[in-house]
Amino acid sequence: MTPLQFELAVFCVSLAAGLLGALLGLGGGIIVVPALTLLFKIDIRYAIGASIVSVIATSSGAAAAYVRERMANIRVAMVLEIATASGALTGAFIAGLVQPRWLYIIFGLILGYSSLMMFRRGHGEGLVTRRAPWADFLKLHSSYYDEAQRRNVTYRVVRTRVGLGLMYVAGVVSGLLGIGSGALKVPALDLAMHLPIKVSTATSNLMIGVTAAASAAVYFRRGDIDPFVAAPVAMGVLLGAVIGARLLGRLRNSTIRGVFVAILVWISVQMLWKGIRG
Amino acid sequence: MSDEPEKKAAHEQPLVHMELLVSNLLRGGVLVSLAFIVVGTIVTFVNHPEYARSSAELQRLTQPGAAVYTSIGQTASGMLAIHGQAIVAAGLLLLIATPVIRVGVSAVAFLWEGDKTYAAICFVVLFLLLVSFFLGKAE
Repeated sequence: MTPLQFELAVFCVSLAAGLLGALLGLGGGIIVVPALTLLFKIDIRYAIGASIVSVIATSSGAAAAYVRERMANIRVAMVLEIATASGALTGAFIAGLVQPRWLYIIFGLILGYSSLMMFRRGHGEGLVTRRAPWADFLKLHSSYYDEAQRRNVTYRVVRTRVGLGLMYVAGVVSGLLGIGSGALKVPALDLAMHLPIKVSTATSNLMIGVTAAASAAVYFRRGDIDPFVAAPVAMGVLLGAVIGARLLGRLRNSTIRGVFVAILVWISVQMLWKGIRG
Repeated sequence: MSDEPEKKAAHEQPLVHMELLVSNLLRGGVLVSLAFIVVGTIVTFVNHPEYARSSAELQRLTQPGAAVYTSIGQTASGMLAIHGQAIVAAGLLLLIATPVIRVGVSAVAFLWEGDKTYAAICFVVLFLLLVSFFLGKAE
Protein backbone atom coordinates (compact mmCIF):
# COMPACT_ATOMS: atom_id res chain seq x y z
CA MET A 1 0.00 0.00 0.00
CA THR A 2 1.42 3.40 -0.96
CA PRO A 3 1.08 6.41 1.38
CA LEU A 4 -1.51 7.92 -0.99
CA GLN A 5 -3.68 4.80 -0.93
CA PHE A 6 -3.33 4.68 2.86
CA GLU A 7 -4.56 8.26 3.25
CA LEU A 8 -7.58 7.63 1.01
CA ALA A 9 -8.53 4.34 2.72
CA VAL A 10 -8.21 5.78 6.24
CA PHE A 11 -10.26 8.81 5.12
CA CYS A 12 -13.15 6.55 4.04
CA VAL A 13 -13.13 4.50 7.26
CA SER A 14 -13.00 7.71 9.32
CA LEU A 15 -15.96 9.15 7.42
CA ALA A 16 -18.08 6.26 8.70
CA ALA A 17 -16.66 6.66 12.22
CA GLY A 18 -17.52 10.37 12.26
CA LEU A 19 -21.05 9.77 10.99
CA LEU A 20 -21.81 7.13 13.61
CA GLY A 21 -20.06 9.07 16.36
CA ALA A 22 -22.06 12.23 15.65
CA LEU A 23 -25.38 10.35 15.73
CA LEU A 24 -24.65 8.42 18.91
CA GLY A 25 -22.56 10.88 20.93
CA LEU A 26 -19.54 8.54 20.89
CA GLY A 27 -16.00 9.44 19.96
CA GLY A 28 -15.57 7.06 17.07
CA GLY A 29 -12.62 5.33 18.78
CA ILE A 30 -14.49 2.03 18.59
CA ILE A 31 -14.06 2.14 14.79
CA VAL A 32 -10.81 4.08 14.38
CA VAL A 33 -8.59 2.06 16.75
CA PRO A 34 -9.41 -1.46 15.48
CA ALA A 35 -9.36 -0.27 11.85
CA LEU A 36 -5.91 1.32 12.19
CA THR A 37 -4.31 -1.51 14.15
CA LEU A 38 -5.90 -4.55 12.51
CA LEU A 39 -6.52 -3.35 8.94
CA PHE A 40 -3.59 -1.00 8.45
CA LYS A 41 -1.09 -2.49 10.98
CA ILE A 42 -0.45 0.89 12.61
CA ASP A 43 1.35 1.03 15.96
CA ILE A 44 -1.17 1.05 18.85
CA ARG A 45 0.29 4.33 20.21
CA TYR A 46 -0.43 6.16 16.95
CA ALA A 47 -3.84 4.50 16.70
CA ILE A 48 -4.80 5.80 20.15
CA GLY A 49 -3.34 9.22 19.31
CA ALA A 50 -5.44 9.32 16.13
CA SER A 51 -8.53 8.16 18.00
CA ILE A 52 -8.29 11.00 20.54
CA VAL A 53 -8.09 13.38 17.56
CA SER A 54 -11.19 11.68 16.16
CA VAL A 55 -13.06 12.28 19.44
CA ILE A 56 -12.35 16.02 19.23
CA ALA A 57 -13.16 16.16 15.51
CA THR A 58 -16.50 14.39 16.04
CA SER A 59 -17.33 16.66 18.94
CA SER A 60 -16.56 20.01 17.30
CA GLY A 61 -17.78 18.98 13.85
CA ALA A 62 -21.20 17.86 15.06
CA ALA A 63 -21.70 20.16 18.04
CA ALA A 64 -21.46 23.30 15.89
CA ALA A 65 -24.80 22.25 14.36
CA TYR A 66 -26.31 20.70 17.51
CA VAL A 67 -25.74 23.81 19.60
CA ARG A 68 -27.28 26.08 16.96
CA GLU A 69 -30.37 23.85 16.67
CA ARG A 70 -30.58 23.63 20.49
CA MET A 71 -30.35 19.86 20.20
CA ALA A 72 -27.35 19.97 22.54
CA ASN A 73 -28.07 21.54 25.94
CA ILE A 74 -25.12 23.88 26.65
CA ARG A 75 -26.01 24.40 30.32
CA VAL A 76 -26.28 20.69 31.05
CA ALA A 77 -22.95 20.15 29.27
CA MET A 78 -21.17 22.93 31.21
CA VAL A 79 -22.42 21.74 34.60
CA LEU A 80 -21.52 18.11 33.95
CA GLU A 81 -18.10 18.96 32.49
CA ILE A 82 -17.03 19.88 36.04
CA ALA A 83 -17.69 16.27 37.03
CA THR A 84 -16.06 14.66 33.98
CA ALA A 85 -12.97 16.89 34.17
CA SER A 86 -12.40 16.25 37.88
CA GLY A 87 -13.10 12.56 37.33
CA ALA A 88 -10.48 12.41 34.57
CA LEU A 89 -8.02 14.11 36.89
CA THR A 90 -8.73 11.56 39.64
CA GLY A 91 -8.32 8.76 37.11
CA ALA A 92 -4.90 10.06 36.06
CA PHE A 93 -3.88 10.21 39.74
CA ILE A 94 -4.95 6.71 40.76
CA ALA A 95 -3.77 5.03 37.55
CA GLY A 96 -1.35 2.32 38.58
CA LEU A 97 -3.13 1.73 41.90
CA VAL A 98 -6.01 -0.14 40.28
CA GLN A 99 -5.71 -3.19 38.08
CA PRO A 100 -7.13 -2.41 34.62
CA ARG A 101 -8.43 -5.98 34.46
CA TRP A 102 -11.07 -5.41 37.15
CA LEU A 103 -11.94 -2.04 35.67
CA TYR A 104 -12.69 -3.66 32.34
CA ILE A 105 -14.97 -6.19 34.04
CA ILE A 106 -16.80 -3.58 36.17
CA PHE A 107 -17.09 -1.20 33.21
CA GLY A 108 -18.34 -4.02 30.99
CA LEU A 109 -21.01 -4.96 33.53
CA ILE A 110 -22.13 -1.32 33.99
CA LEU A 111 -22.45 -0.87 30.22
CA GLY A 112 -24.31 -4.15 29.86
CA TYR A 113 -26.78 -3.09 32.54
CA SER A 114 -27.14 0.38 30.95
CA SER A 115 -27.90 -1.10 27.55
CA LEU A 116 -30.67 -3.24 29.07
CA MET A 117 -32.19 -0.25 30.88
CA MET A 118 -31.92 1.97 27.83
CA PHE A 119 -33.66 -0.65 25.75
CA ARG A 120 -36.51 -0.82 28.28
CA ARG A 121 -36.84 2.96 28.59
CA GLY A 122 -37.73 3.14 24.89
CA HIS A 123 -41.36 2.49 25.81
CA GLY A 124 -41.66 5.07 28.55
CA GLU A 125 -40.13 8.16 26.96
CA GLY A 126 -42.23 11.15 27.94
CA LEU A 127 -43.24 13.62 30.57
CA VAL A 128 -41.57 13.56 33.99
CA THR A 129 -43.10 15.46 36.86
CA ARG A 130 -40.73 14.84 39.77
CA ARG A 131 -39.22 17.73 41.68
CA ALA A 132 -35.83 18.93 40.50
CA PRO A 133 -34.47 21.76 42.71
CA TRP A 134 -30.94 21.65 41.29
CA ALA A 135 -32.09 21.68 37.69
CA ASP A 136 -34.48 24.53 38.51
CA PHE A 137 -31.71 26.57 40.10
CA LEU A 138 -29.29 25.90 37.23
CA LYS A 139 -32.01 26.54 34.61
CA LEU A 140 -31.35 23.23 32.87
CA HIS A 141 -34.85 22.61 31.48
CA SER A 142 -35.14 23.35 27.77
CA SER A 143 -36.77 22.47 24.49
CA TYR A 144 -35.74 21.59 20.96
CA TYR A 145 -37.42 21.23 17.58
CA ASP A 146 -37.71 17.59 16.53
CA GLU A 147 -37.65 17.35 12.73
CA ALA A 148 -38.92 13.77 12.67
CA GLN A 149 -41.91 14.55 14.88
CA ARG A 150 -42.38 18.03 13.36
CA ARG A 151 -42.95 19.63 16.73
CA ASN A 152 -41.22 21.41 19.58
CA VAL A 153 -40.31 18.99 22.36
CA THR A 154 -40.13 20.54 25.84
CA TYR A 155 -38.29 18.54 28.47
CA ARG A 156 -37.49 18.75 32.16
CA VAL A 157 -34.11 17.70 33.53
CA VAL A 158 -34.16 15.68 36.77
CA ARG A 159 -31.66 14.12 39.22
CA THR A 160 -28.82 16.51 38.49
CA ARG A 161 -26.78 15.22 41.45
CA VAL A 162 -27.04 11.61 40.27
CA GLY A 163 -25.98 12.79 36.82
CA LEU A 164 -22.96 14.60 38.31
CA GLY A 165 -21.98 11.44 40.20
CA LEU A 166 -22.24 9.25 37.11
CA MET A 167 -20.28 11.76 35.02
CA TYR A 168 -17.55 11.76 37.67
CA VAL A 169 -17.35 7.96 37.35
CA ALA A 170 -17.31 8.31 33.54
CA GLY A 171 -14.41 10.76 33.89
CA VAL A 172 -12.46 8.44 36.21
CA VAL A 173 -12.92 5.51 33.83
CA SER A 174 -11.83 7.49 30.78
CA GLY A 175 -8.87 8.88 32.72
CA LEU A 176 -7.81 5.36 33.69
CA LEU A 177 -8.51 3.42 30.52
CA GLY A 178 -8.47 6.21 27.95
CA ILE A 179 -11.82 5.03 26.61
CA GLY A 180 -15.54 5.21 27.13
CA SER A 181 -15.91 8.94 26.68
CA GLY A 182 -19.42 8.76 25.31
CA ALA A 183 -20.51 5.21 26.14
CA LEU A 184 -21.15 6.11 29.78
CA LYS A 185 -22.29 9.70 29.21
CA VAL A 186 -25.30 8.98 27.02
CA PRO A 187 -26.85 6.42 29.45
CA ALA A 188 -26.32 8.87 32.35
CA LEU A 189 -28.08 11.68 30.45
CA ASP A 190 -30.84 9.38 29.24
CA LEU A 191 -31.50 7.15 32.25
CA ALA A 192 -30.67 9.37 35.21
CA MET A 193 -31.46 12.87 33.98
CA HIS A 194 -34.27 11.96 31.58
CA LEU A 195 -33.08 13.98 28.59
CA PRO A 196 -34.69 13.00 25.27
CA ILE A 197 -32.45 10.50 23.46
CA LYS A 198 -31.45 12.96 20.70
CA VAL A 199 -30.59 15.63 23.27
CA SER A 200 -28.57 13.01 25.17
CA THR A 201 -26.41 12.04 22.19
CA ALA A 202 -26.02 15.66 21.03
CA THR A 203 -25.06 16.90 24.51
CA SER A 204 -22.64 14.00 24.96
CA ASN A 205 -21.11 15.07 21.65
CA LEU A 206 -20.52 18.58 22.92
CA MET A 207 -18.95 17.26 26.14
CA ILE A 208 -16.54 14.60 24.84
CA GLY A 209 -14.36 17.16 23.03
CA VAL A 210 -13.54 19.06 26.21
CA THR A 211 -12.31 16.07 28.20
CA ALA A 212 -10.41 14.72 25.20
CA ALA A 213 -8.63 18.04 24.54
CA ALA A 214 -6.54 17.89 27.73
CA SER A 215 -5.41 14.31 27.03
CA ALA A 216 -4.81 15.08 23.34
CA ALA A 217 -2.42 17.89 24.24
CA VAL A 218 -0.48 15.49 26.47
CA TYR A 219 -0.40 12.85 23.70
CA PHE A 220 0.85 15.43 21.22
CA ARG A 221 3.72 16.46 23.46
CA ARG A 222 4.61 12.81 24.07
CA GLY A 223 4.88 12.23 20.31
CA ASP A 224 1.89 9.87 20.12
CA ILE A 225 0.12 11.85 17.40
CA ASP A 226 1.61 11.11 13.99
CA PRO A 227 0.34 13.82 11.60
CA PHE A 228 0.44 11.40 8.69
CA VAL A 229 -1.96 9.01 10.46
CA ALA A 230 -4.07 11.66 12.20
CA ALA A 231 -4.62 13.85 9.09
CA PRO A 232 -6.91 11.49 7.12
CA VAL A 233 -8.67 10.55 10.38
CA ALA A 234 -9.39 14.21 11.19
CA MET A 235 -10.55 15.03 7.64
CA GLY A 236 -12.79 11.97 7.36
CA VAL A 237 -14.28 12.27 10.82
CA LEU A 238 -15.02 15.99 10.43
CA LEU A 239 -16.87 15.42 7.17
CA GLY A 240 -18.71 12.40 8.59
CA ALA A 241 -19.69 14.32 11.73
CA VAL A 242 -21.13 17.22 9.71
CA ILE A 243 -23.24 14.77 7.67
CA GLY A 244 -24.28 12.90 10.82
CA ALA A 245 -25.36 16.12 12.52
CA ARG A 246 -27.70 16.87 9.60
CA LEU A 247 -29.22 13.40 9.88
CA LEU A 248 -29.90 13.21 13.63
CA GLY A 249 -32.91 15.54 13.62
CA ARG A 250 -34.64 13.56 10.87
CA LEU A 251 -34.16 10.11 12.36
CA ARG A 252 -36.75 8.57 14.66
CA ASN A 253 -36.00 8.37 18.39
CA SER A 254 -36.47 4.60 18.36
CA THR A 255 -33.90 4.24 15.56
CA ILE A 256 -31.25 6.20 17.49
CA ARG A 257 -32.00 4.27 20.67
CA GLY A 258 -31.88 0.91 18.88
CA VAL A 259 -28.53 1.56 17.19
CA PHE A 260 -27.06 2.98 20.39
CA VAL A 261 -28.13 -0.02 22.46
CA ALA A 262 -26.66 -2.42 19.88
CA ILE A 263 -23.29 -0.60 19.92
CA LEU A 264 -23.36 -0.45 23.72
CA VAL A 265 -23.86 -4.22 23.95
CA TRP A 266 -20.92 -4.67 21.59
CA ILE A 267 -18.63 -2.40 23.66
CA SER A 268 -19.70 -4.13 26.87
CA VAL A 269 -18.92 -7.59 25.49
CA GLN A 270 -15.50 -6.33 24.32
CA MET A 271 -14.75 -4.90 27.78
CA LEU A 272 -15.76 -8.10 29.55
CA TRP A 273 -13.66 -10.15 27.15
CA LYS A 274 -10.62 -7.94 27.79
CA GLY A 275 -11.12 -8.25 31.55
CA ILE A 276 -11.68 -12.01 31.62
CA ARG A 277 -8.78 -12.75 29.30
CA GLY A 278 -6.59 -10.61 31.58
CA MET B 1 -51.82 38.22 27.21
CA SER B 2 -49.65 40.37 24.98
CA ASP B 3 -46.69 40.54 27.36
CA GLU B 4 -46.45 36.75 27.60
CA PRO B 5 -44.31 36.11 24.48
CA GLU B 6 -42.27 39.20 25.25
CA LYS B 7 -41.38 37.85 28.67
CA LYS B 8 -40.38 34.55 27.17
CA ALA B 9 -38.20 36.22 24.58
CA ALA B 10 -36.44 38.29 27.22
CA HIS B 11 -35.80 35.14 29.23
CA GLU B 12 -34.45 33.12 26.34
CA GLN B 13 -32.48 35.77 24.52
CA PRO B 14 -29.16 35.51 26.41
CA LEU B 15 -29.00 31.76 25.88
CA VAL B 16 -29.73 32.11 22.17
CA HIS B 17 -26.80 34.52 21.91
CA MET B 18 -24.64 32.04 23.76
CA GLU B 19 -25.65 29.23 21.44
CA LEU B 20 -24.85 31.22 18.32
CA LEU B 21 -21.52 32.28 19.79
CA VAL B 22 -20.51 28.72 20.71
CA SER B 23 -21.73 27.36 17.39
CA ASN B 24 -19.82 29.95 15.37
CA LEU B 25 -16.71 29.40 17.45
CA LEU B 26 -16.77 25.64 16.90
CA ARG B 27 -17.48 26.08 13.19
CA GLY B 28 -14.64 28.58 12.82
CA GLY B 29 -12.19 26.36 14.71
CA VAL B 30 -13.15 23.35 12.60
CA LEU B 31 -12.87 25.21 9.27
CA VAL B 32 -9.50 26.79 10.02
CA SER B 33 -7.94 23.56 11.32
CA LEU B 34 -9.42 21.59 8.42
CA ALA B 35 -7.88 24.09 5.98
CA PHE B 36 -4.44 23.60 7.58
CA ILE B 37 -4.74 19.81 7.49
CA VAL B 38 -5.88 19.71 3.85
CA VAL B 39 -3.20 22.17 2.67
CA GLY B 40 -0.53 20.33 4.68
CA THR B 41 -1.51 17.01 3.15
CA ILE B 42 -1.41 18.47 -0.36
CA VAL B 43 1.99 20.07 0.29
CA THR B 44 3.28 16.72 1.60
CA PHE B 45 2.34 14.91 -1.60
CA VAL B 46 3.61 17.73 -3.85
CA ASN B 47 6.98 17.73 -2.06
CA HIS B 48 7.19 13.93 -2.15
CA PRO B 49 5.76 12.60 -5.43
CA GLU B 50 7.20 9.18 -4.55
CA TYR B 51 4.47 8.85 -1.84
CA ALA B 52 2.01 8.04 -4.59
CA ARG B 53 4.07 5.11 -5.88
CA SER B 54 6.36 3.53 -3.30
CA SER B 55 4.94 1.20 -0.63
CA ALA B 56 8.15 1.32 1.41
CA GLU B 57 7.53 4.98 2.22
CA LEU B 58 4.36 4.19 4.19
CA GLN B 59 6.40 2.03 6.57
CA ARG B 60 8.78 4.93 7.21
CA LEU B 61 5.97 7.47 7.71
CA THR B 62 4.14 5.40 10.30
CA GLN B 63 6.96 3.69 12.20
CA PRO B 64 7.58 4.56 15.89
CA GLY B 65 9.39 7.87 16.14
CA ALA B 66 7.81 9.25 12.98
CA ALA B 67 5.88 11.93 14.92
CA VAL B 68 8.63 14.54 15.08
CA TYR B 69 6.46 17.55 15.89
CA THR B 70 5.84 17.55 19.64
CA SER B 71 5.76 21.25 20.48
CA ILE B 72 4.44 24.52 19.11
CA GLY B 73 8.00 25.74 18.48
CA GLN B 74 8.99 22.73 16.38
CA THR B 75 5.74 22.94 14.47
CA ALA B 76 6.28 26.63 13.72
CA SER B 77 9.85 26.15 12.45
CA GLY B 78 8.70 23.18 10.35
CA MET B 79 6.01 25.37 8.80
CA LEU B 80 8.59 28.03 7.91
CA ALA B 81 10.50 25.33 6.02
CA ILE B 82 7.23 24.46 4.19
CA HIS B 83 7.10 20.95 5.58
CA GLY B 84 3.66 19.55 4.79
CA GLN B 85 3.54 17.48 7.97
CA ALA B 86 4.27 20.56 10.10
CA ILE B 87 1.30 22.35 8.53
CA VAL B 88 -0.84 19.27 9.33
CA ALA B 89 0.48 19.29 12.91
CA ALA B 90 -0.50 22.98 13.24
CA GLY B 91 -4.01 22.12 12.06
CA LEU B 92 -4.22 19.30 14.61
CA LEU B 93 -3.08 21.66 17.39
CA LEU B 94 -5.82 24.13 16.41
CA LEU B 95 -8.37 21.32 16.40
CA ILE B 96 -7.26 20.27 19.90
CA ALA B 97 -7.40 23.87 21.16
CA THR B 98 -10.93 24.53 19.84
CA PRO B 99 -12.95 22.90 22.70
CA VAL B 100 -10.75 24.60 25.31
CA ILE B 101 -11.21 27.99 23.64
CA ARG B 102 -14.96 27.25 23.60
CA VAL B 103 -14.99 26.88 27.39
CA GLY B 104 -12.88 30.03 27.88
CA VAL B 105 -15.01 32.18 25.59
CA SER B 106 -18.22 30.85 27.22
CA ALA B 107 -16.86 31.87 30.61
CA VAL B 108 -16.26 35.43 29.46
CA ALA B 109 -19.62 35.58 27.65
CA PHE B 110 -21.56 34.37 30.71
CA LEU B 111 -19.74 36.98 32.80
CA TRP B 112 -20.64 39.62 30.22
CA GLU B 113 -24.29 38.65 30.46
CA GLY B 114 -24.18 38.82 34.25
CA ASP B 115 -24.70 35.08 34.77
CA LYS B 116 -22.18 34.63 37.56
CA THR B 117 -23.13 31.04 38.36
CA TYR B 118 -22.36 29.83 34.85
CA ALA B 119 -19.29 32.01 34.48
CA ALA B 120 -17.92 30.36 37.64
CA ILE B 121 -18.79 26.89 36.30
CA CYS B 122 -16.89 27.59 33.06
CA PHE B 123 -13.86 28.94 34.92
CA VAL B 124 -13.76 25.83 37.14
CA VAL B 125 -13.84 23.58 34.05
CA LEU B 126 -11.10 25.63 32.41
CA PHE B 127 -8.98 25.40 35.57
CA LEU B 128 -9.43 21.61 35.76
CA LEU B 129 -8.42 21.26 32.09
CA LEU B 130 -5.24 23.29 32.63
CA VAL B 131 -4.34 21.29 35.77
CA SER B 132 -4.77 17.96 33.99
CA PHE B 133 -2.75 19.28 31.04
CA PHE B 134 0.19 20.31 33.22
CA LEU B 135 0.04 17.19 35.37
CA GLY B 136 0.23 15.11 32.21
CA LYS B 137 3.66 16.60 31.61
CA ALA B 138 5.13 14.98 34.72
CA GLU B 139 4.79 11.55 33.16
